[in-house]
Amino acid sequence: MAEFLTKSRARNVFYGGSIFFVVVFIALTVNSHKYVVQTSTAGMPLSEEVVLGKRVWERHSCINCHTLHGEGAYFAPEVGNVMTRWGVQDDPEGAFEILQGWMDAQPSRIEGRRQMPQFNLTDDEVRGLAEFLRWADQTDTQGWPPNDAG
Amino acid sequence: MKYQSQKVAYAYFVCAMALFGIQVLGGLLAGWIYVSPNFLSELLPFNIIRMIHTNALIVWLLLGFFGAAYFLVPEESERELYSVKLAYLQLTILMVGTLGAVGSYLVGIHGGREFLEQPLWVKFGILVAALIFLFNISMTVLAGKKTAITNVLLMGLWLLWIFAFINPENLSLDKMYWWFVVHLWVEATWELVMAAILAFLLLKLTGVDREVVEKWLYVIVATALFSGILGTGHHFYWIGLPGYWQWIGSIFSTFEVVPFFLMMSFAFVMVWKGKRNHPNKAALLWSLGSSTVAFFGAGVWGFLHTLHGVNFYSHGTQITAAHGHLSFYGAYVALNLAIFSYAMPLLRERQPYNQVLNMVSFWLMTGGMAFMTFVLTFAGTIQTHMQRVVGDYYMDVQDSLSIFYMMRFGAGIAVVVGAILFIYSQLVIRKREIIEPGPNVTVAGE
Repeated sequence: MAEFLTKSRARNVFYGGSIFFVVVFIALTVNSHKYVVQTSTAGMPLSEEVVLGKRVWERHSCINCHTLHGEGAYFAPEVGNVMTRWGVQDDPEGAFEILQGWMDAQPSRIEGRRQMPQFNLTDDEVRGLAEFLRWADQTDTQGWPPNDAG
Repeated sequence: MKYQSQKVAYAYFVCAMALFGIQVLGGLLAGWIYVSPNFLSELLPFNIIRMIHTNALIVWLLLGFFGAAYFLVPEESERELYSVKLAYLQLTILMVGTLGAVGSYLVGIHGGREFLEQPLWVKFGILVAALIFLFNISMTVLAGKKTAITNVLLMGLWLLWIFAFINPENLSLDKMYWWFVVHLWVEATWELVMAAILAFLLLKLTGVDREVVEKWLYVIVATALFSGILGTGHHFYWIGLPGYWQWIGSIFSTFEVVPFFLMMSFAFVMVWKGKRNHPNKAALLWSLGSSTVAFFGAGVWGFLHTLHGVNFYSHGTQITAAHGHLSFYGAYVALNLAIFSYAMPLLRERQPYNQVLNMVSFWLMTGGMAFMTFVLTFAGTIQTHMQRVVGDYYMDVQDSLSIFYMMRFGAGIAVVVGAILFIYSQLVIRKREIIEPGPNVTVAGE
């Protein structure tokens, strides 16, 4: 490596540069935090039902089969746009009913098909989950996914 | 082994290898469920198995890093560890927490977010263990000689774990802060740990002058953080964050290839320049293998889908799975196995042993992982086209990928056999060596 780059110069570049990038990253994080709260997720209130739905989603580790906004396991379909795919994004009651029907039918026990467990959710929990998925669906995700298939 | 307290590394490495066994067996089971989806579906659903697979991986890599630090810090600082008792206490907390987490997953208690599913008490346990570690290592380093290797290692252990306790009710904020743990560990600070351990190994194995090794080390970690911190942006494209991340993420994560290219070059140049003929050939093979596979897995396969125009179509498909598997294997699994291979004979105070078996396990595991990556990449390419471009439904697409999942399972068998051979080669010493260890030719300058 070149002579002008001594060990102590390399060390100073490392520390100085890292501090610079950390500061830039923190500033962008603050800006992004505001953007999420005020713009991208502001289309629907963060109601008690949505929050309950998020806890249900977490308690059963749905993310370890499904993806949500493309993140998670890749074993089961994307659910960030499932309410649009089912055509019930603007219909809370319809969303609850179709999700209730889906959850009741699990596991399908069809041979050779991936199985979703029976989670024995209460009506309130299913309603929360439906609202949570509608809330996720209304988030401005820069146009992703490319189509309804998710 | 120059210092008695280095011996704690032995316990860390043995525990890490036990969890490594659990991790690959969990992976094999998950791979089989892709082939035969009704298997165990009501007794042990896929999500539980995947949690065990990923959590066991993370904890054993951490145990390996902790063990490696306890092994190399006394040699670098030229003094005994501050406290051996604290090191064992830390290991006990981590093992109780991990086994407790696995147990609670099996009875259905888990919750939270991907990779951070541990019950709260386990999360606190990990925090306490990490604090004990930081204290113990800092006290050792501060009292002894400070080298570039110890400086970088300490910086690599920032307490980003704190963000594991932050879970906003707003999903998009939740995702943003979640990446502070996941990305900033894996693609920033863990790279520092990797580079520090690699530098230590190359210093010992090749006998190249310390000044040269340490200068390389600073350059590598500088490129890792300069690209990796803003490179976090490549996870921020589609989760509800501002559009400017598409450009920041694309540009900076393109540069994330650089540290991996440098680490690979570093390893080969040091071996080429070094005049020492070290008897531990297996450790050298793993060191070179780790930096090479990390370059392909993390560097090339990462770049493959990191530009936002590509990622718009490939996000969350089997392409991601292919990249995840090869990058973790190359950068962190292989590096851990390199330091185990190097340190185990020293910890057991004998010449390198079972080297042929160890090297066979390297080729089996590396070959298996490469094959797995290729078939998942093909599967992901077809999935991206059918699902994201044509618009076919997810389950229909998955049905047409079954041939790839069968081949992936086959690759998984090779990896598991390799892992078992590796663990055997470390723990059970053969009476008679197949080949004689090479002579230990030392040169001045180290």
